[in-house]
Amino acid sequence: MKKFWALFFFFWPTVAIISCVIAPSRGWWFPSPPMSRTGVQIDGLFYLILIIVTITFVATQYVLAYALWKGATKESGSKALFSHGSHKLEIIWTIVPSFILVFISLSQLDVLAEIRVISKFPEKATKVAEVTARQFEWRIRYPKPGTELTTVENPGDLYYVNELHVPTGKPVIINLRTQDVQHAFFSPQLRVKQDAVPGLVIPIWFDVREVGNYDLVCAELCGWGHYKMKARIVAQSQSSVDKYLKQLEADQNADGTKSEAAASGDE
Amino acid sequence: MATVSPALDAHGHADDHSHGGHHEQSFISKYVFSLDHKIIGIQFLITTLIMLMVGGALALAVRWQLAFPWENMPVVGQLFGLFRTEGGQISPEFYTMLFTMHASVMIFLVIIPILAGAFGNFLIPLQIGTDDMAFPALNMMSYWFMWPAIACFACSFFVAGGTAGPGNGWTSYPLLSDLPQAAPSSGSPQTFWLIGLTLVGVSSMMGSVNYLTTIINMRAPGMTLFRMPLTIWSMFITAILQAFALPVLTAAGFMLVFDRLGTIFPTDIHSVFFIPANIIVNNAAPTVGGGQPLLWQHLFWFYSHPAVYIMLLPAMGMVSDMLACMSRKPVFGYKPMVYSMAAIAGLGFIVWGHHMFTSGMNPALGMTFMTSTMMIALPSAIKVFNWIGTIWGGDLKFNGVMLNCSGFVAMFIVGGLSGIFMAAVPVDIYFHDTYFIVAHFHYVLFGSTLFGVFAAIQFWFPKMFGREMNDTVQRWHFALSFIGFNCTFFPMHLLGIAGMPRRYADPYLHGYLEHLLPMNRFITISAILMGFAQFLLLGNFFYSMFRGKKVGRNPWNANGLEWTAPSPPGHGNFDIAPVVYRGPYEYSSPEAEAIGQDFILQTVPHVKGVAKITHH
Repeated sequence: MKKFWALFFFFWPTVAIISCVIAPSRGWWFPSPPMSRTGVQIDGLFYLILIIVTITFVATQYVLAYALWKGATKESGSKALFSHGSHKLEIIWTIVPSFILVFISLSQLDVLAEIRVISKFPEKATKVAEVTARQFEWRIRYPKPGTELTTVENPGDLYYVNELHVPTGKPVIINLRTQDVQHAFFSPQLRVKQDAVPGLVIPIWFDVREVGNYDLVCAELCGWGHYKMKARIVAQSQSSVDKYLKQLEADQNADGTKSEAAASGDE
Repeated sequence: MATVSPALDAHGHADDHSHGGHHEQSFISKYVFSLDHKIIGIQFLITTLIMLMVGGALALAVRWQLAFPWENMPVVGQLFGLFRTEGGQISPEFYTMLFTMHASVMIFLVIIPILAGAFGNFLIPLQIGTDDMAFPALNMMSYWFMWPAIACFACSFFVAGGTAGPGNGWTSYPLLSDLPQAAPSSGSPQTFWLIGLTLVGVSSMMGSVNYLTTIINMRAPGMTLFRMPLTIWSMFITAILQAFALPVLTAAGFMLVFDRLGTIFPTDIHSVFFIPANIIVNNAAPTVGGGQPLLWQHLFWFYSHPAVYIMLLPAMGMVSDMLACMSRKPVFGYKPMVYSMAAIAGLGFIVWGHHMFTSGMNPALGMTFMTSTMMIALPSAIKVFNWIGTIWGGDLKFNGVMLNCSGFVAMFIVGGLSGIFMAAVPVDIYFHDTYFIVAHFHYVLFGSTLFGVFAAIQFWFPKMFGREMNDTVQRWHFALSFIGFNCTFFPMHLLGIAGMPRRYADPYLHGYLEHLLPMNRFITISAILMGFAQFLLLGNFFYSMFRGKKVGRNPWNANGLEWTAPSPPGHGNFDIAPVVYRGPYEYSSPEAEAIGQDFILQTVPHVKGVAKITHH
C-alpha cells in the first residue's frame, strides 16, 4: 500500500503533463494565434515562462514522489536520517531561483513598457475611436471623417454599438471609458485587455495583423449581464474602413426623406 | 472534560490569573459561552466545517450552470423558494450571487476562521505550554462575533426578496457595489454583506490581538522563540498580518458604507469616496462627486493580498509540524522556514498591485509590483524545497495525515508556479480575470490550505477528543478529494488559456468558447465527486468524536508540548506545568535513541552521555 501511494504521486503529475501536451490539439489552448504585434510578444513571454515552469514542475513533483518512494521501500523500522538541514543546500536553492525570478521579471519590462507606457506608444498610431462601455454593451464613437478624435463629443461624430471597425497593418489607438460601472475591454485573439474605469479615459493601442472578425468581451464583473457584453472588432483594410465610415455617416444623417441629389434627379 | 487530576489544581492553576476558581460549570458556560480556548477552537472548527459544506453547495450550483446552462437544477431547484420563481432555473442575477457568496463564505467563514480561529485557538496555548489565552473573554467574543456575521451574510440572501443576494463579487469593486441603482444586488444585500464583512473583521482582530499577546507573554519556561513549533511561528506571523492589514479593509468598508448611506437611511446625504462625477447608471441622474474607484481596489487589496497569506501561512506551519512527525525526522532547515515565512509576510504587504495590472494604474507601479511579486515566489520555493528535504530519507508513515501533507506540498507547487504567469504583467494582461486565475487560487486555497487542514484535523483530533479518526476512511477521503480536486481545477488552467473569462453565467454565448462545454461538464462532474467526498470527512469526524478508538496522550509519538497534556486536556491544560529543554523536532536524534525511542518530548531534559545537539 505504501508503494501505491508513492506511485500515486508519480502518476498525477504525469497525467497533468500529458493533458497539457495534448491540449492544443483538442482546442484547449489559445483561441487563435496572436493577431497583434504585442500579442506575439505576450505569447512569446508566455512560452518562456511555460518552459521554466514546466521544468520546475516536473523536477519538484518527481523529486517529491521519489522521496515518498524511498520512504515506501525503506525497511520498516529502519531509522530515519537525522539531519537538521544543510546550509549549503539552502544557499543554493535560494540563489538559483532568485536569479531565475529576476530574469523572468526583467524579460517582461520592455513589452510592458511598449503596451502600457503612453510615451512609448508607436508614433504613427492614429486615434480611431472612443469605446464607451455601459451595462451591457459597447458604444463606439468615431470622429467625423477628416477630423481628429477628441475626448469630448463633437458634432458630426459617428456612433455605433457593439461593432468596432479598425484598419489592419497599422497601430491604432482606442480611447476607453465607461459610462457607468467598471468594465474591461478584452479581445482574446488580439491579447488586449484594459479595464474601463469610471471617471478615466484610458488610451490603449494595438495593431491587427490580418483581416477578420475578432471577439470583444467584458472581463470585469459589471452586473448580471456581464456575460452578454458581446461585440466584435472588424479588422479590414483602410479603404474598407473608410467606406464603412462613409456609409455610417450617410446612414446617420439620413432623415428618412430622399437626399437632395436624388430629389433633384427626379425632377 | 473538566475533571482533571488534583495535580492540575496544584500546578496548572497555581499561577492562574486568567480565569476564576475551579467550580462546577453549567453546560452553557462550559460548551456554549465557553472561555476555554480548546472549546472555542472546537466551536470554530465545527462551525467552519458546516460553512465549508454551505460554500461547497454554492460552488456546485455555479458548476451546474456552467455545465448545463439555463437547465433546471435537479432536486434543490424545486426545494427552495429561491429557485422557484425561475422554475428551478438559475437566473443571471442569481448566478452572480452564487459566485459572490461562494467566495465570501469560503474566505471569511471557512478558510480564515478554520486556520486562525480553530487551530490557532486550540494549538497556541497547548504548544507554548500555557493554560489558556491571554484574554479568554475576548477569545470567546471573537467566536461569537462570527454569528452576527453569518446572520448578516444569510440576511443578504433574502433582503431583496430572494431574487438577488450580494452579486458584486467578493472583491466588491465600485461603482457596481457603490451605486444602489447599478444592479438589483447593489441595494440592501450589498449593505448587509458589508456589515457582515466588518463583523468578521472584528472577530479576526480580537483573535489576532489575543494570539500576539499570548505568544509573546505566556510561553512556558525554556520555550525560546526558536524552540517554538513552526505552527506557532506561522500563527504569530499571521496574527501580525491580520493586525496590520485588517484595519485598512475595515476603513475601506466603512467608506463604502458611507458612500451608500442612502441604502440604510432615507437620506440623500452620502460621501463620494469612490464615486466620480457624471456617471450615469441605469438612466439615473448623473452622479455628483470627485471620487476615485481605483482607491477601493488599492485599499481592498492592501488587505486582501496579505489575507491570501493569512489563509496559507498557518497551514504551512502545521504541515511542517506534521511532515516532521510522520517522517520521523527534524524539519529540514527550521530557521530558513521561519525566515521565509517572515519574508512572505513582509513582501506580502508590497505586492497588492498585482491584482490591478489591467486596472489603468500607472505602468511604473506595475513594474514595481511585478518585481516584488516575483520575489515572493522565492521564500515559497525555499519552503517547498525544505518540505521535500524533510521527507527525504525519513521513516515515512503513510497515513491520512502524511498523504494530505504530501498533497499539500504537491498542490502548493502547482499554485506557486501558476502564479508566476500572473506576476508577469504582459502575460497577466491576457490571463487577468480568466479561469487561469480561478485555477491558480483554488490550487493555493483549496489544494494547499484545505489539504493541510484535512491533515491537521486528523493529526490533532486525538488531542481534541481523546479518540482517533478512522485512518482508512481518511485515506479514501484523501484519494477521492485529491482526484476530484485535480480533475476539477487542473483543466481550468486550460480554460483560462482558451480565454474563458470568470464570472460568466453563460460563456457559450461567445463563439470562441462554445467548444469548451464538454470540458466544463467534466469539471462539474469532478467537482460533484469532490464535494460528496467531504461527507466521508464529516462522517468520520462526528462518528470518531463519540465512537473512535480511545488513545493516550501521545498517539503519534510526537515531540510538542501539547502531547504531554492529557487527551483531551482538562480546563487549564497541563497536569504538570511544562518546562522546555529542546526544540520541537528532535525525531530520531541520538538523544532519542539513547532513551530507546525515535522521538524526544520538548520537556525531556538533556540525556546524559549523549553529545548535546545544537542547531546548525
